Amino acid sequence: MHNPCGIFNETYEQDLAIFRTKWQWFFLVGGIALAASAPLFLNSYIVGILILIFTTTIVLHGLNILTGYCGQISLAQAAFAAVGAYTSALLCQYVPQFAWFPEWFKGGFNFWLTVPIAGLTAGLIGVLFGIPALRLRGFYLVMATLAAHFIILWFITQWIGTQARRLPAPHLAGIILNSEESYYYVVLVAVIILTYFAKNLVRTRLGRAWIAIRDNDLAAEVMGISLFRYKLSAFFIGCFFAGVGGALWAHYTRSITPEYYLIHYGLWYLGYIIVGGMGATVGPFFGAGFLIILTELLAYVISALSGVFHGIENYLSAAREVLFGLVVVLFMILEPRGIAHRWQIFKAYYRLFPYAH
Amino acid sequence: MIIVETIIYGLVVGAVYGVVALGFVLIYKSSSVLNLAQGALLMLGGFTCLQIYQWLPGGVLFFILAVIVTLVIAALLGFSIERLALRPLIGEPLISVIMMTIGLNVLLIGIGYAIWESGNYAYPTDIIPIGFMTILGTSISYKYIFSLIIALFCLLLFGLFFQFTRSGIAMRATADDQLAAQSLGISTSQIFRNAWAIGCITAAIGGIIIGFLIGLNCYNTPVLGLRVLPVVLLGGLDSIPGAIIGGLIVGVTENLAGAYLDPLLYQWLGWGGTRDVFPYFLIMIILMLKPYGLFGWVRIERI
Repeated sequence: MHNPCGIFNETYEQDLAIFRTKWQWFFLVGGIALAASAPLFLNSYIVGILILIFTTTIVLHGLNILTGYCGQISLAQAAFAAVGAYTSALLCQYVPQFAWFPEWFKGGFNFWLTVPIAGLTAGLIGVLFGIPALRLRGFYLVMATLAAHFIILWFITQWIGTQARRLPAPHLAGIILNSEESYYYVVLVAVIILTYFAKNLVRTRLGRAWIAIRDNDLAAEVMGISLFRYKLSAFFIGCFFAGVGGALWAHYTRSITPEYYLIHYGLWYLGYIIVGGMGATVGPFFGAGFLIILTELLAYVISALSGVFHGIENYLSAAREVLFGLVVVLFMILEPRGIAHRWQIFKAYYRLFPYAH
Repeated sequence: MIIVETIIYGLVVGAVYGVVALGFVLIYKSSSVLNLAQGALLMLGGFTCLQIYQWLPGGVLFFILAVIVTLVIAALLGFSIERLALRPLIGEPLISVIMMTIGLNVLLIGIGYAIWESGNYAYPTDIIPIGFMTILGTSISYKYIFSLIIALFCLLLFGLFFQFTRSGIAMRATADDQLAAQSLGISTSQIFRNAWAIGCITAAIGGIIIGFLIGLNCYNTPVLGLRVLPVVLLGGLDSIPGAIIGGLIVGVTENLAGAYLDPLLYQWLGWGGTRDVFPYFLIMIILMLKPYGLFGWVRIERI
């Protein structure tokens, strides 16, 4: 990334910094402050939408690492989110009986413990289903992840059942975080930490290895990058994010059924990162934000029109599908690199403003 | 003899899978696009035929007319999808193509929801007589026999088309090597267009057969399109005989799994639905052993 006029990188630290100028720090701090104060001036419905956007963003960070950086296209992200959600749900219901458990653990698992465990479980199952990726490429891999989705969902529906599972609301220092406003802060902190994690992960040795594998996996292997290690690490981390995002969303709705994780959602997740822009950490924010806000606007428009045209509200789910399909198709034709690429162009333009050169 | 019955039903289902899988293979072979929108095309084909038939006075002749009109509409849809959606993506990476067909899938399913809404739609029962035929001691409904005949007829027709007609051979040549085919004067864009038209037609035929066998539903029929993917992979993405043999293998094994494995699992664990998930286990295992399917081309990768 180029710096604005007159700012030069003179040390390695400056060269590596994500936020380089005062204005970038200003926008970062201002943005976080704005996000943190959102529940003060927005109503709880909109805060609920923000929670949806942020939890989706966490899931998408995983898919972005797996597909955008490592090039392993996965349709199974919804299934891994389901693994995370169900792990968390089952652990929260489980009360340990053994006498040798430590005293602080007697009350069973709580939210703060189950969410990381949910991520780890989803990551390990992701590694299991990532093993075929070592031999498969292209469409064959896409189909293997599709099969993984159906197999995981089958296990969940048969083993745990299709009835709704209830989850407890998280507690923090004696306060129950069960309102939109209070749970929003949990999600906000999680999304900030995980975004920082995702952004830095792709700048490390690991991330560079993933990019090499994405660009040409045979060449990467010849260069000495272990495909086994790095493809599986991409699956682990990608699915870890999915598990954490799924668990966070499940604790917000506090009731989950397998219907929330149909193949449909796996396809939508891929659509989100395409629209947002793959291979950029801001991509998931743009994708989730743009499409979720668009579908909410659609719901709003349709409910506003239902007074004029009777029966139009029955078409909401159909209209949502058509809109999503249309957006994805148009993005593929007009801007295959997603909103993140437009954002780059925009930034490059304003870096030089008002002079074009 | 439950095993004979299971195998015969499996063959019927497998032949239907084979027809739908043929559409996938055709499009993949000629233009290296895996059409994930096949499920939506299946649903649209089945529904269009039913809708046209309901507008007509009724009877077998009018049904045949409705089928012909549906196939023409399917071909036109195929042309327009190729022209509007896939042509701009030539040269784009794999993920763009996959995402485009996923987007088309969602878009077409959305249109289906808007027109036909929820609920099950059964095909009229006066086209195929209700009744049973006894084969090898098992009675099989006429609609299954009819479906099997139609499916086998389609497979034969497309097989002959690829083997002997000029445009069939041109399609195979394009699939083999696009550049070489172009230099020999084959218009590859025309081939892509025809491949999409044929892909849509096979999907429509599959949709009509599914309408007869189990009825149509906006939610379940598109998922059936995804159930054909194990078939395609089993046979190998670029093999036409593979699609047919893969279809029969998947059809028979999933029925056998439903008949024998399902009660066993139910007894042990109380689990069900083995029949639906079995093809996915099958391809996971097969892809581990043979990453290009049973009959697919093993591409030698070069840097």
